[in-house]
Amino acid sequence: MKFDTPATTNPIDQLKVIGKPTDRIDGPHKTTGTARYAYEHHEEVPNAVYGHVIGAAIAKGRIASIDLSAAKAAPGVLGIVTAENAGKLGKGEFNTAKLLGGPAIDHYHQAIALVVAQTFEQAVAAAQLVRVKYERSEGKFDLAAVKDTGVKPKPGLGGASDTAVGDFAGAFAAAPMQFDATYTTPDQSHAMIEPHASIAKWEGDKLTVWTSNQMIAWSVGDLAKTLGIPKENVRLISPYIGGGFGGKLFLRADALLAALGARAVRRPVKVALHRPLVTNNTTHRPATIQRIRFGATKDGKLTAIGHESWSGDLPEGAPETAVGQTRLLYAGANRMTAMRLAVLDLPEGNAMRAPGEAPGLMALEIAMDEMAEKLGLDPIKFRILNDTQVDPEKPERPFSQRNLTECLRTGAEKFGWKQRNPKPAQTRDGRWMIGTGVAAAFRNSLSMKSAARVRLDNRGMVTVETDMTDIGTGSYTIIAQTAAEMMGVPLAQVVVKLGDSQFPVSCGSGGQWGAHNSTGGVFAACTKLREAVAKKLGLDAKTAVFADGHVSAGGRSVPLGQAAGPAGLVAEDAIEYGDLDKKSQLSTFGAHFVEVGVNAATGETRIRRMLAVCAAGRILNPKSARSQVIGAMTMGAGAALMEELAVDKRAGFFVNHDLAGYEVPVHADIPHQEVIFLDETDPMSSPMKAKGVGELGICGVAAAVANAIYHATGARVRDYPITLDKLLGHLPPVA
Amino acid sequence: MKPFTYEKPRTPAEAAAATARHPGAKFIAGGTNLLDLMKLEIEAPGHLIDVNGLGFDQIEATPEGGLGIGALVRNTDLAADERVRRDYAVLSRALLAGASGQLRNAATTAGNLLQRTRCPYFYDTNQPCNKRQPGTGCGAIGGVNRQHAILGSSTACIATHPSDMAVAMRVLDATIQTVRADGATRRIPIADFYRLPGDTPNVENTLQPGELITHVTLPKPVGGAHVYYKVRDRSSYAFALVSVAAIVQRDGTGRVALGGVAHMPWRIEAAEAELPQGAKAVATKLLAGAKPTEHNAFKVPLVERTLAAALLEAKG
Repeated sequence: MKFDTPATTNPIDQLKVIGKPTDRIDGPHKTTGTARYAYEHHEEVPNAVYGHVIGAAIAKGRIASIDLSAAKAAPGVLGIVTAENAGKLGKGEFNTAKLLGGPAIDHYHQAIALVVAQTFEQAVAAAQLVRVKYERSEGKFDLAAVKDTGVKPKPGLGGASDTAVGDFAGAFAAAPMQFDATYTTPDQSHAMIEPHASIAKWEGDKLTVWTSNQMIAWSVGDLAKTLGIPKENVRLISPYIGGGFGGKLFLRADALLAALGARAVRRPVKVALHRPLVTNNTTHRPATIQRIRFGATKDGKLTAIGHESWSGDLPEGAPETAVGQTRLLYAGANRMTAMRLAVLDLPEGNAMRAPGEAPGLMALEIAMDEMAEKLGLDPIKFRILNDTQVDPEKPERPFSQRNLTECLRTGAEKFGWKQRNPKPAQTRDGRWMIGTGVAAAFRNSLSMKSAARVRLDNRGMVTVETDMTDIGTGSYTIIAQTAAEMMGVPLAQVVVKLGDSQFPVSCGSGGQWGAHNSTGGVFAACTKLREAVAKKLGLDAKTAVFADGHVSAGGRSVPLGQAAGPAGLVAEDAIEYGDLDKKSQLSTFGAHFVEVGVNAATGETRIRRMLAVCAAGRILNPKSARSQVIGAMTMGAGAALMEELAVDKRAGFFVNHDLAGYEVPVHADIPHQEVIFLDETDPMSSPMKAKGVGELGICGVAAAVANAIYHATGARVRDYPITLDKLLGHLPPVA
Repeated sequence: MKPFTYEKPRTPAEAAAATARHPGAKFIAGGTNLLDLMKLEIEAPGHLIDVNGLGFDQIEATPEGGLGIGALVRNTDLAADERVRRDYAVLSRALLAGASGQLRNAATTAGNLLQRTRCPYFYDTNQPCNKRQPGTGCGAIGGVNRQHAILGSSTACIATHPSDMAVAMRVLDATIQTVRADGATRRIPIADFYRLPGDTPNVENTLQPGELITHVTLPKPVGGAHVYYKVRDRSSYAFALVSVAAIVQRDGTGRVALGGVAHMPWRIEAAEAELPQGAKAVATKLLAGAKPTEHNAFKVPLVERTLAAALLEAKG
């Protein structure tokens, strides 16, 4: 199905199932432990042995020698895979550094060997007996030190490296009100609960891998490419994923090494990355240094907007695209953005929840708060004053929907913004200094091809098959809701099967593109199935009504099971997109409101209230969408207050590589969170008229926290995370 | 994890005999720290002696009017004990400020005292660490050291002791009772129990090989307002950046000890004479000779500010 004209009325608009706050259909499996994750497929693979990954002990250099003799002789050891004995390996499209290093070492904890043994304990014990001698070489580990060596990166998902409209320099110089500040965001870890894990099994030259992966087709391709075998010989199965946040978008060492280990020992092999490897072996959100400049008229109209961002990555890597939202968020006739990428020999940087926008808005939305104050304007008023309904770089392109102003106004009303004293450091509650802050949320909505197969059997059961993944987002449920709505059956009549490369290729889970594209694919397949049902019964597909388990037209009503017959019916289709996303800009919007208390003695910040107002098209399932947003708000709170991969700039690695050292919020850090979805549909996005929310929810949160801390204390911190040591010098004296 | 042998003796004498048979053996009770360290091969004992069957799990009044706490009393039970909550509230509060509910259910009184540092360089076997592998150097000096010690550190080690409970025990003048492999018992005042790192940061306390903690005894209650004020980067399940255990009497006199700043709970009795003068005077004495690192200079003002907050709380 080609989606190249705006959606008109379709069966989804009935909203009998779609749009209802629906419990996860996979919830009982998860709460009873019957949903099996990557490492747990004991029934499918009862005879797997255990692989333990050894990570490089240096950040850059070479393996001078590697002595496997003691390890090979250890009890239970079946084989050891290294780059020396693994055979010729290619490199996938999506990983920057090799997934099996040696002799060259590109980053700390790059995998250099897999020890395979009968038991997990034997594999771990034998791994300690592998003797590796390294030759270290000098590396670059400090972004601030290498920033100025940064070059223009190749254009990628985040667009061109540079954009310019009008005369930024001239307008900035001439502006009566100017602002110029630099912000930093640290490296961050996905820190998902389930580590990367895989079980690999060979049957002849066919490979099956049970894994934990957000993008099945990408990873089938990269696994085949790395092993040098045809894609058709690789099957990936990933029905449940214990969190990904972008860390599992790609093929990583667990899956490759499980496959190599299984080939070497001629037995299925299971591999989970131990926690420190999740940090330094896989990917992370790269740190940024961002400079923001504004020029404005005295009454608060932005005339010049400049945003530059510096980040680093391994050679051939990519930038953190932190300027993307600034190209689209506020009006202003003269503007420039630029990204520069320096070489860093730290572990590989890549996507983490709202790549680009999350760190970009951490800076931009503090800058907006600072500029509003400079202008003597309320920060909400200032944002509304500079709102735009068209792409500010290409004014001929309107936004398909843009209700940023309504998000800000609705939130202000609900949050009690009117009562706020605009002067900072004025409100106390005992020993707590109280402040409130606001930030705009913005995240693009991407159109991605997505396919599905739908089966109807003689009991009227509808089964959906697609390689779409559910990383905890609720994909199972919204796909079931879509099929139920389209086929006119109750939710209980729908079975959803996900995450298997034998199913049609979906959009996968990433970039908050999963919801509208994957259900769009199911919409397309169901549309075809409806046609097949009508055709089989000789009914007019256009006027046939699918409701209550029946298809009805021209006075006839037939149960769906009867229509399907003993052989059943099956239909497969994909949603494919035309140029609607070129003609108009598809984005999601929101506003975050935060109240904090800062301890006047110790500088500890505790969040007291959080509110998000989101405008993201039709909300397919308000319950799972709310879960997405509150989870993202929590992650934003972490980014504001505590999350930072601490870099050892001499040894070149992230030091706090476990969940004790890399702190994320605990329950006690998070207050009641309120989420409001504006009642909106976006007919330009897909037949579902929906867009994603999973990343919108994190966008702007950290800046809202930072702005609230400023309002509480009068201390403006431009370096995340805002830990108490950065506030101590600005607090009132203690007795 | 290296293969190891295991036994579970039923009497202290059997346990003592086991240590004699297996030099380098480790006692295990809650295992909340030891097992993690064994998985990473930071600890690699060839033999484990499970002391959970030895009793030592009661909290009993002592003839002196104090409280005898069995070494195997779980942190959860100790924190919840009515006598502890009434007479030694600083201990109850310190316990509840530590770890998580699940860990406190397993962790024991003796194990809490003996837990090892959370310095990340200690935990990463690729990195130098004089505490883990004497003579290899210290990764934290010149590395990432925001959490580290500002007091009593050495050129060999800047690690901190992570316990909250031990800080309260220190301010309460607890005594540690042990039994040695030869059956001899002794009592060690907590002030003499921990060691500063010096040139041997691998030696953390004054226990002899094979010596087993059986009880921790608290003296008669001293009254006063009890405060445990822990400052950290998140609201729970995080080690202290700085913590203050304080007992303050109505006349403004009292006791105070610090956590998160040294290789041991930090208490200087002479500083306590300044308590009536306020936090600044006490902090100045407590912090004499402080040597902050590149990333933790903030702990110096934070000690004073936390102390001030704790004293304010003690006043009610």
